[in-house]
Amino acid sequence: MTRRTAEQPPEERRAAGLAGTGVLLRLALRRDRVMMPVWILATTLLVAGMPGSLGSVYATAAERAEVAASMNANGSMRALYGPVFGDSLGGLTAWRAGVFGAVLAAVMSLIIVVRHTREEEETGRQEMLSAAMVGRRAPLTAALLAALVANTCLALLVAGGLAGQGAPGAAALGLALAGTGMLFAGTAAVAAQLTESARAAKGLTAAVLGAAFVLKAAGDAGTADGRSALTWLSPLGWVENVRAFAVERWWVLLLLAAAVGAQVGAGYLLAGRRDLGMSFLPSRPGPARGRLGSAGALAWRLQRGTLAGWSAGFLTAGAVFGGMADGAADLVGGNDRTREIIERMGGQSGLTDAFLATMAGMFGMVAALYAVSAVLRLSGEESAQRAEPLLALPVGRLRWAGGHLAVAFGGSALILLLAGLGLGLGHGGDVGTTVAATLAQLPAVWVIGALAALLHGALPAYAAAAWAVAGGALALGWVGPALDLPQGVLDLSPFAHLPRLPGAESLSWAPLLALTALAAALTAAGLTALRRRDLTS
Amino acid sequence: MTKAISVVGLHKAFGRTRALDGLDLSVTTGEVHGFLGPNGAGKSTTIRVLLGLLRADSGAAELLGGDPWADAVPLHRRVAYVPGDVTLWRNLSGGEVIDLYGRLRGGLDRARRAELVERFELDPTKKGRTYSKGNRQKVALVAAFASDAELLVLDEPTSGLDPLMEGVFQSCVAEARAAGRTVLLSSHILSEVEALCDRVSIVRQGRTVETGTLAELRHLTRTSISAELAGPPNGVAHLPGVHDVEVRGLKVRLQADTDKLDAVLRSLTASGVRSLTATPPTLEELFLRHYTDGEANAR
Repeated sequence: MTRRTAEQPPEERRAAGLAGTGVLLRLALRRDRVMMPVWILATTLLVAGMPGSLGSVYATAAERAEVAASMNANGSMRALYGPVFGDSLGGLTAWRAGVFGAVLAAVMSLIIVVRHTREEEETGRQEMLSAAMVGRRAPLTAALLAALVANTCLALLVAGGLAGQGAPGAAALGLALAGTGMLFAGTAAVAAQLTESARAAKGLTAAVLGAAFVLKAAGDAGTADGRSALTWLSPLGWVENVRAFAVERWWVLLLLAAAVGAQVGAGYLLAGRRDLGMSFLPSRPGPARGRLGSAGALAWRLQRGTLAGWSAGFLTAGAVFGGMADGAADLVGGNDRTREIIERMGGQSGLTDAFLATMAGMFGMVAALYAVSAVLRLSGEESAQRAEPLLALPVGRLRWAGGHLAVAFGGSALILLLAGLGLGLGHGGDVGTTVAATLAQLPAVWVIGALAALLHGALPAYAAAAWAVAGGALALGWVGPALDLPQGVLDLSPFAHLPRLPGAESLSWAPLLALTALAAALTAAGLTALRRRDLTS
Repeated sequence: MTKAISVVGLHKAFGRTRALDGLDLSVTTGEVHGFLGPNGAGKSTTIRVLLGLLRADSGAAELLGGDPWADAVPLHRRVAYVPGDVTLWRNLSGGEVIDLYGRLRGGLDRARRAELVERFELDPTKKGRTYSKGNRQKVALVAAFASDAELLVLDEPTSGLDPLMEGVFQSCVAEARAAGRTVLLSSHILSEVEALCDRVSIVRQGRTVETGTLAELRHLTRTSISAELAGPPNGVAHLPGVHDVEVRGLKVRLQADTDKLDAVLRSLTASGVRSLTATPPTLEELFLRHYTDGEANAR
């Protein structure tokens, strides 16, 4: 075998390494035929729908100039969205939705790449494919091409949808989003070589994405024009520095392209040096005897690693954002319009409090993603048939599900507590206030986690829809307030009903208790449904 | 004789697919019962109903005297299950999984666990994802045989084992029976069924088509006979229970229903027999007939 390849000319060998790429690409596109279009359309609607919504809120050029100036003067707003480079509708769209759209493209791309590389190997499906006429580099190539197809569609749709605001800006923003998507496709391609499990590969890539956001936010909180070295260290900082609709800086796109190239190259290098199913961070042997003795202990054992990662991330991000809080208040000055918007975003008195309250809200919405992922472990265990032998033991379904739900609900409380602790320590103020602020998010997080439990119990085939619920709440909270959406729409998110802490004049317990009761009721309904239904297999 | 498992007229549909269509199954306490049928016949579905993982649409199912759905948890203390497709947690070692299963069932015999790990040549320190299919099955088998469950439910438990381990498995089942335990064994490995099972049930398309001891089932099948006669065969082709007759001069080949053998032999000896070979049906023929006959009927 090696002898034969050694005799082959190098071009032919390279071609053999890619054999079957076309078939694998079609398989990938077929498997993602729902996820990809839904994700692309949702991202497009969010970005391309922005000029319409912004236009109805800020109708005149004077209003837009004012909001741009006041947003630019505010460190916390810059930390979230980046600086405003242009006060046209297009410029405001790029400011408001650019980074968020880029994050969505990045998450889509990392899911696509890991799904068709490491996940295929982990499940053993790749083995069967690789035994056919499939080259060693074909799976990675097909996964990256699938990501390229998705990101190209996204770029075209975003550019097309925004063309009315100016063709160059629309093209620049579309390319920046797609470029970020491909950049994280590259990160995922490397991560998929390093780790043994798909979950770890996704987690590693998501951690890089989270770090990129924190770097960008820290850089932008301090400077008003995206010039900070921290911002330039972050790929998400490059997105805003493309300055779509505000004298585009096309060369920044070359940075994205170079980063994509470097990472894809590294991915191929690593992929060529390992065996199928193996990784560069391999697992070590475990103990011959175990101490796990209950379904709850098993759930904790399975979930503790992920929870540790989230805990570290929330504590660090809390400290970083806490450190920005005072600077954010200093820069605002006495602009009424900003004050009004900040108050709508998250606070009633005091700009530092408003900033901290906004941050607490962000942590809450992101913690909802953790809650969903932890609850959906139930789904994963069930569809991988690991639940079946457990439930054939004297383990009731309530005890089995209860273990995972306890980790999900308790873990949400832990990471919010740590975020509050980080905020307080970073800010140097009263830790109790910031911890209270982040913990006040908990009932809304629990409601979303409980919805995931209800979906798993009642409609197991659609349990993944819980991600859409959490994503919807995140989008409403992030993009909603500045858009003057009707209150009825904003109220759909459980986060809209929470008291704004710190800074609320009087703490009202009623919504907190009501949401907690709602979460309990949804969980109970989910568990009841789970007890009555067939186990899926 | 008490029944460990008693299933009557079980129905279960998944959407428009009828997985079980009036299935009956009766397993006597203390016996090893073979559960056979082509892929998709409903064996695993029946087992999942018996374990309370699925709820039957209609029909009666009783497991160790209890209701498999309502009394699932207390019943499972007395049952050990080995699925056909064992999946393990990727970051738990085999030893941890065996001990987890044991503790969840209320403790397992440490000496027997150590002995079984040795007999099955299992490395209990490897993590879940590094085991091969056969080794994953060994983890589940060690956990099941180390328990003191009264009833072992084994769903194609040896499809990944090598012949040596297959031998270990068979002796473990034999020991379980000697200890008075009941075994429900779903299998496609006919030598295993022949060596282990007291009785078998054959299912097809969600129904039980045959049940009984292997000797009884053999009785229902045909014996192939080829004979060289002294004179021309005299009307043997028209006897009841004779099939596929082929006559070439004085040579006759035919298939005879085993319960009509006597009349066939009389007819042959009436013509004078010079040589005769009679082959009893092999187990393979027996099952192939049961697996395919229904198809012919269905058409």
